[in-house]
Amino acid sequence: MGNKKITWLNRVKNSDIYYSFIKSPTAIVSTFILILIFFCSFFVEFVTPYNPFDPSSLSLMDAFTPPSWTEDGLAKFVLGTDGQGRDMLATILYGSRISLIVGFSAVIFALVLGVGLGLSAGYFGGKYEMIVMRLTDVQLTVPSILMALLVDGIARGIISRELHDEMAIYVLIFAIGISEWPQFARVSRAATLVEKNKDYVSASTIIGVSNLIIMFKHILPNILRPILVIGTIGLALAIIAEATLSFLGVGVPPTTPSLGTLIRLGNDFLFSGEWWITFFPAIFLVILAFSINLLGDWMRDTLNPKLN
Amino acid sequence: MKFNNLLKILLAVLFVFASTQTFAKTIKWSMQGDSLTLDPHAQNEGPTTQVSRQVYEALVTRGLDMSIGPQLATKWKAVDPNTWYFYLRDDVKFSNGQKMTSEDVVFSILRAKQPTSDFKEYISTISGVKAIDDYTVQIKTSKPNPILLNQLSNIFIMSKKWCHDNFAIVPQNWDASQETFSAVNAMGTGPFKITLREPNTKTVFKKNGKWWGDMKDKSVTEIHLLPIKNAATRVAALLSGEIDLVTDAPVQDLARIGSSSGHKVESTPQMRTIFLGMDQAADKLRTGNTGDNPFKKQKVRQALYQAIDIEAIKKKVMRGLSEPAGIITFPGVTGYTAELDKRLPYDVGAAKKLLADAGYPNGFEVELRCPNDRYVNDEAICTAVVGMLGKIGVKVNLFAQTKSKHFKELKDNQGDFYMLGWGVPTLDSHYVFHYLYETGASWNKVNFSNADVDAAIRVMEGEVDLDKRNAAIANAWKIVRDNIAYLPLHHQVISWASKSNVDVPIRPNNEPLFRFSSIN
Repeated sequence: MGNKKITWLNRVKNSDIYYSFIKSPTAIVSTFILILIFFCSFFVEFVTPYNPFDPSSLSLMDAFTPPSWTEDGLAKFVLGTDGQGRDMLATILYGSRISLIVGFSAVIFALVLGVGLGLSAGYFGGKYEMIVMRLTDVQLTVPSILMALLVDGIARGIISRELHDEMAIYVLIFAIGISEWPQFARVSRAATLVEKNKDYVSASTIIGVSNLIIMFKHILPNILRPILVIGTIGLALAIIAEATLSFLGVGVPPTTPSLGTLIRLGNDFLFSGEWWITFFPAIFLVILAFSINLLGDWMRDTLNPKLN
Repeated sequence: MKFNNLLKILLAVLFVFASTQTFAKTIKWSMQGDSLTLDPHAQNEGPTTQVSRQVYEALVTRGLDMSIGPQLATKWKAVDPNTWYFYLRDDVKFSNGQKMTSEDVVFSILRAKQPTSDFKEYISTISGVKAIDDYTVQIKTSKPNPILLNQLSNIFIMSKKWCHDNFAIVPQNWDASQETFSAVNAMGTGPFKITLREPNTKTVFKKNGKWWGDMKDKSVTEIHLLPIKNAATRVAALLSGEIDLVTDAPVQDLARIGSSSGHKVESTPQMRTIFLGMDQAADKLRTGNTGDNPFKKQKVRQALYQAIDIEAIKKKVMRGLSEPAGIITFPGVTGYTAELDKRLPYDVGAAKKLLADAGYPNGFEVELRCPNDRYVNDEAICTAVVGMLGKIGVKVNLFAQTKSKHFKELKDNQGDFYMLGWGVPTLDSHYVFHYLYETGASWNKVNFSNADVDAAIRVMEGEVDLDKRNAAIANAWKIVRDNIAYLPLHHQVISWASKSNVDVPIRPNNEPLFRFSSIN
């Protein structure tokens, strides 16, 4: 033991988390799937030759080609094409990039807002804490999808139509983020309440460390575990919320479809036998959300010492 | 004792159910959009007329075979080329019990000539109308009008007293979003009356007991109009039995509906042509990026025309159910010839060259406005057009919205490049020219203006010598076709899907006539 250099890699290898990870097949499989999806989505230009967002590159005569393994399928369109002649695989990957960007940004937005408010509320207490916590209570009574629809509706009213298509993605991020922050606020406040009475905080206070530094340098690292867990599960929720909003037609425009928009567009062809247009995006969404949730579950089990 | 009571209750329940089953039959009708207004003179638009037609009647009407026949007038004669007499039925009552007389006819025709009426161009040749006696009306025209009867078949007769009582003397100003009593209520002489009106949700038509005519199937007592915008939902509702009749069955689902044992599908060429309009008058496109208006140049218009692969749209978007068009009118209309209806060839290379010759080698940017709940696969056609024009370097931004907004903003001159469809209820080319091509006409939103065409329109209105008139029509079509005033796409084919036991005769103008419907 002592001979080994304490390198970064060795620290990771010797940690509980790594041990628990290699002992959990679900965690390994879901991580593998997620890495694959992330890679394909973010480097989609190198993965597929098609660009479904460029209408001039499409040929309408390719429309409604079934998946390649069926009778009328073509080898160049593995998962078939949609009603505009877009390659389904490329469209799904481009679409999942939008879904992932929206999901990540929304969670980060909710995390920064929620942790900031929750941490400070727990630390300072008093009237400030009461106001913040009542705010989360109010927010939690409104279903997040309704909240997101409301934000989108207001944004449509304020922003001009030409701008709206460009702004749609930011509106979505804000709408989903604003509906998820109370989770983060509550968890971080509860954890802060436990931490702030510990000796290391008292010691810091006595030697005159400023409140800001105590909160973010000393308390924050100690409450990160539960936040990471709900952050992971929140990511799956945000991706599904994005898909729901786009399915309802208030998300990103159909010319640059996300997964939800794709499912909505394909829905029109469900009865006519062109099942692949809605099936593949839907399956893709399920796999994506399921993998994130499994990873989140594993993380919760590992990071929560009370469960061990 | 208790058993007796129970028996009575059971019998009562049985009676109620039995009676509703045998005597009252409802046809639940669905399409993607709804009537825009119940005011019969405020909007000249397909579904609006389809709804009004169940409630209101005109002096003459088209029967199931689309030929003109009597309705409120039993006979008519022209004493000289400019003076017509119409003899009315004397047994007609409005659904509120009031008798219909020539006063109501005079009032309604004058109402349809008001500035807020969308039918004023329709009957612009009518210069005077007066009641001779209670059941005789005299109509004077400013010049001989060979298509007066065709035009009158769409002028619905309202009650003068009802309009006066309800502050509806002039038609609703639809363009200004005016709210009037007549826009949400209807009271006519037709076979049905409207008892519930929730725009875009539900409209209930009940049999008008005071109607003078005979229903084909007397057990049909109610029609419910339930618009369902989403195509898949509409089909699902039909297949699950929630809906009895869909008058715009989605082309992609016809095979699926036809294969269902309890349903049937009928198709017929529709009297409607879909086309794109390009504003040729504006100095600068509102949504362009070149600072000028490329559509002013005929070469640009032709380039766009030749860049559209109409056969691909027919095959993939319309699933074969459309007829590529060269002019905005269809077989059966006076003035139509197969020669005129030929399209310019699809040729991307030629289109690119034309665009370069016109001074736009790198193309330009423009917004295409589209309805998304009016024509068969309207939004999908527009999306396809965006891709095809992208191939010659024209970057088109698609803006699809619901039809009421689309039409309102078009009328408000907000469109550079837009989709529109045109039916010809009079079955005469004059109707198309009068609305779409005449200088300053109300739907001429491409601002096309040509003195020769305007002169030909005057000839169509006043010339009774059919040979001369037909020559004028042919000449006018040639001019607008050569000028590429519009970009014609295709003639629509409509398909109605219904339960097998519900019989509503399909008609090429897409108007169901529920008085001819039956349930077996």
